Amino acid sequence: MATQNQIIPRGQMADAPAGRFSLGSITDAVIAPIFGRTPAWWWIGFLLSTLLLLVFVFTLGRVATVGVGLWDVNQPVVWGTGIINLVFWIGIGHAGTFISAFLLLMRQSWRGAFSRYAEAITLFALATAGLFPILHTGRPWFAYWVGPYPNTLGLNPQWTSALVWDLVAISAYGIVSLLFFYVDLLPDFAAVRDKAQRPLTKGIYSFLSMGWRGDSTHWVRLRKTAYLLAALATPLVISVHSIIGLDFAITNVPGWHHTVFPPYFVAGAVFAGFAMVLIFAIALRSLFNLQNLITLKHIDWASRFMLVTGLMVGYGYAVEVFGAFYAGHTGEVLLTVERTFGPYGLAYWGMILFNVVIIQLLWFKSVRRNLPLLVLICIGVLIGMWLERFVIISISLGYGHMVSMWDQWHPTLTDWLTIFSPFGLFLTAMFLFIRFFPVMPMYEVQEVAHEEGWE
Amino acid sequence: MSNGKSNCLYGLTAEFEEPAALLAAARQARAAGYRKIRTYSPFEVHGLDEVLDQQRTPVLGWLVLIALLLGGAAAFLMQYWTAVVDYPLNVGGRPLFSWPAFIPITFEASILFAGVAAVGFLLIRSALPQPYHPIFNTDGIEAASQSRFFLCIQTDDAQFRLRETWQFLQNLEPIQVSEVTC
Repeated sequence: MATQNQIIPRGQMADAPAGRFSLGSITDAVIAPIFGRTPAWWWIGFLLSTLLLLVFVFTLGRVATVGVGLWDVNQPVVWGTGIINLVFWIGIGHAGTFISAFLLLMRQSWRGAFSRYAEAITLFALATAGLFPILHTGRPWFAYWVGPYPNTLGLNPQWTSALVWDLVAISAYGIVSLLFFYVDLLPDFAAVRDKAQRPLTKGIYSFLSMGWRGDSTHWVRLRKTAYLLAALATPLVISVHSIIGLDFAITNVPGWHHTVFPPYFVAGAVFAGFAMVLIFAIALRSLFNLQNLITLKHIDWASRFMLVTGLMVGYGYAVEVFGAFYAGHTGEVLLTVERTFGPYGLAYWGMILFNVVIIQLLWFKSVRRNLPLLVLICIGVLIGMWLERFVIISISLGYGHMVSMWDQWHPTLTDWLTIFSPFGLFLTAMFLFIRFFPVMPMYEVQEVAHEEGWE
Repeated sequence: MSNGKSNCLYGLTAEFEEPAALLAAARQARAAGYRKIRTYSPFEVHGLDEVLDQQRTPVLGWLVLIALLLGGAAAFLMQYWTAVVDYPLNVGGRPLFSWPAFIPITFEASILFAGVAAVGFLLIRSALPQPYHPIFNTDGIEAASQSRFFLCIQTDDAQFRLRETWQFLQNLEPIQVSEVTC
């Protein structure tokens, strides 16, 4: 695998001085946190996350029982925080499968440093994202109406609606990502099983590992399956956020009706996803002492990815503004002026600051290897990407083609809770994941380590 | 070989420290005429499938392709049937069979079917989940998922003779040779 690498030369898995690793030491390093004492920081983080999760449950419960009016959505601004959060969280979920699939196809063996927890981020972000469109329907208990199922009225879904595409795209993405995640975990669950001492622990991990025993025929099949899934998942990743982009682009709302939307949404999604993955990479390497496996070089490369996708996003902003003036359409021009200098102009410039200006620091190697600064940049990117969705969704809807369609959206207390509390669900799941799952694909890192001769 | 007795023999294993040693051992075992050979390792040892003549997965790609086409066709036909035949709904005079709008769902369904088929094939062909396997009775087999490489010659091999096979494995200079009960 590593030998055929062309983009980045050999020896990419680590700044590895010889003699640092022996077979088994990688497994030991990754498994250690699972069997070690639960550290205090984990309890604190987990409890805070579950508290936030309770707030989330409370908020969604209120929205479900009282109504979506709590999000201040009404004509003409019919899409509020629910949809902004959907797009934001799906975006977070894009780096995981992108890293696993695209980097695998490109034979980038350094993907092992990120792939596992990036995939976990994908799954949990998708689970979070999926709740919002269901809640946004207003009557979530009827959400299944959007799917094709035999009903007494003999009605069928409207296939030309992008909302039905969303349902299919997000479900397909979720299922394929879960399969990818799980298949990759089989050998690692087996490794945990073989290290486990207590019967109950051993039993649980035996069950999860499905009795994986490292048979050579199984390895061959696993590799081929992984490559096939990667080849399938790469266009899938691109299609999912493209379809989300089409939700907007196929309407004729000023500010939405742009052909640039699908690719620009995909770039934005991978951009935000990489920011989240980098935050976890930096946190995990120091909390779990994985500095030898998640090296500064890996973080450097991921930062470059973030820079590249960030530049694409910046290009998207430029095209939007250019398109409005080039077309000379009154509605588009008006919207552009209102976005930049209107009441919510601060959100637009915040978006430009975080997504375009600050990331230019990543051109410098010293910044790409300065971890505290990098975390701050990543948090900035997450804020910036949230603002982007806000600017696109809620502001555009308030400037329709007719004056009677003009209105402004005002965030309510429920909106603020809806913005912050989903992190409770996401982080609770992530804390459980890092406590009980091997956070890196041990077999893959061992294989690369062996081939590149780290021992 | 499962004859119901708990102390019957499944095979003999030799344990190695290095993937290269396992590969060499597998090659020699094949050369010596053994055919029922299995290896167990913490990661894929490249070349083993050729040595052990185990390259029997071309069917996987074809199966996934068929599932892909099947999924796509099913999704497209479902949309066609519901929108054109089952409940034609005139929306502003637009054509009922507006096929470009059917493409996104067709695409997603193709990928979904193909992905599920690929993983299904992996599990079914590898007979997983399989909670019990005799190889788990081997001494120190836990290391097969960490740092050691095991070669097992099964008793159902035509050439298996306890004493000779034991000697043969010893000559490969493993860390240890052990019996596997089934």
